[in-house]
Amino acid sequence: MRKTSLDTVYEIAKKNKKVIFLGSDLGFKTLDDMRVRLPKNFLMEGICEQNLIGMSAGLAMEGYIPYINTIGTFLTRRCYEQIFLDICLHNLPVRLIGNGGGLVYAPLGPTHLSVEDFAILRPIPNMTIISPCDAIEMKKIMLQTELFPGPIYIRVARGGDKIITSKETNVKIGKAVELIKPIEAVFITTGTTTQIALDAINLLNSNNSKIGLVHLHTVKPLDTTYLKNLFNSTKLAVIVEEHSVVGGLGSAILEFINDYRIENVRIKRIGIPDKFVEKYGTQETLLKYLKIDRDNLIEEMKKLLKGN
Amino acid sequence: MESQENKIKSLRRSIIDMIKVRKGGHLGPALSLVEILYVLYEYILNFNPKNPSWKKRDRLIFSKGHGCLALYAILAEKKFIKKSDLKTFCEPNSILGGHPEKNKIPGVEASTGSLGHGLPIGVGMSLAAKLNKEKHKIFVILGDGEMNEGSNWEALMTASKHKLENLTIIIDRNKLQAYGKTEDILSIEPLKSKLESFGSEVKSTDGHDINKLKKILKKTPFKKGRISALICNTTKGKGLNFAENKGEWHHKSNLSEQEIDKMYNFLK
Repeated sequence: MRKTSLDTVYEIAKKNKKVIFLGSDLGFKTLDDMRVRLPKNFLMEGICEQNLIGMSAGLAMEGYIPYINTIGTFLTRRCYEQIFLDICLHNLPVRLIGNGGGLVYAPLGPTHLSVEDFAILRPIPNMTIISPCDAIEMKKIMLQTELFPGPIYIRVARGGDKIITSKETNVKIGKAVELIKPIEAVFITTGTTTQIALDAINLLNSNNSKIGLVHLHTVKPLDTTYLKNLFNSTKLAVIVEEHSVVGGLGSAILEFINDYRIENVRIKRIGIPDKFVEKYGTQETLLKYLKIDRDNLIEEMKKLLKGN
Repeated sequence: MESQENKIKSLRRSIIDMIKVRKGGHLGPALSLVEILYVLYEYILNFNPKNPSWKKRDRLIFSKGHGCLALYAILAEKKFIKKSDLKTFCEPNSILGGHPEKNKIPGVEASTGSLGHGLPIGVGMSLAAKLNKEKHKIFVILGDGEMNEGSNWEALMTASKHKLENLTIIIDRNKLQAYGKTEDILSIEPLKSKLESFGSEVKSTDGHDINKLKKILKKTPFKKGRISALICNTTKGKGLNFAENKGEWHHKSNLSEQEIDKMYNFLK
């Protein structure tokens, strides 16, 4: 997914000379072909993320479309005020590509775990937040970012993630993707938790359940038109995200339900509890430890179906 | 024809006009900037108030956003905004707030107020001009206290890497920040050699001497292939002798009519 996102920036830059890539101090030879062939559109500026964001704002004010890539936490937590003021207050078309969304950097510890990025970026006006579920979807989304108005944050998962969408899946920034039509209940997911929910649904539905799957690659703005229709007919939902339960997709949907006065729905949120993740291991072991895994999703959905 | 001295006094009176509306504001850090802004807008910058986003204009990033009273005064003088706008300072529907906003005020290139943001933006603009082979110049005005911010030094390294000779930074060296003397709070000296070691060509001057400012700023870049940095030695609160070099005049609120009248009397 990460390679696809960066390769697509290169692809867009070949046709649009206003597209400019900025990295901080990325892995050796990242986008090396672009560096050699499009040297004016490729910048590797060192470990100075605050400056990188401000500089991108300056470039965007002069008509460029900057794509900035580095580790997600350094791009969001560290540069919050630069994102807020330099990019979003000026409503500039800067694209932030954050590596290692969620628990990808499990072995590297809390400095690298990006589990509150949605929560801190959601309150910023003009910001669009996207978390694709696989490389096919990432490609479709990245192609749409070229001419999309305003700032965008794109959360990148580990890489080599399982492909669950196809070329035919209709993907448009801001629009929900209904992967399985909900009848009894629904999993609402974003990013690669969509893959986990799909595994859970395959087992649940093989036992005669009729659980749907709605993937929201766009966490902000929410596809309220779709969600209104969804909650008219589906009253049970489990929201799953590789993110803190505070302020992420689950919070956004609960706010939506309150603001639109949607009644008689039962929502269960599955995410990372409001405490620091104290373990290392791998993304998979941490997901299991935090109960963002297939088996717990099945268990929680079963409880919900029983009215608990 | 109005003398330079009268023009400068008139700009300072405009600052008091705004102070009068709110009965306060960042007075000291605006007064130290008046001559610098006068010289830039009178002799140096290319601009067109009828078309503030004219592509070939020179860009002035006012990073020291809290000094905006001086900026508003000169923008009104140069007809980017109306003189009547000054009398609405900080009112609910005014375009002029306590820090300048790009999307509201014609002629303002970037919204500032939180320090350490203007120079990185200016570096991006300078790089864009260089990549596009455009001839306009970029000026960034910084406070001396603002040089505490690490982002400025990151930006200077980047500007030096890209040899942004179209970029000039002007530091308002009034030697005071909000709490006290810059050298007591967090020393920025030796500023000249720090800036040089970060890749700038540095000059310094009396920031209230119009002829010297004009002479120096007409000759940017100071050296081919390098960023120009001008340290302007100034007096905080300049023009009001009771406020000069006094920390408590950095920001004032609840000023009485008598205090405001006293200011006008000094600027007659």
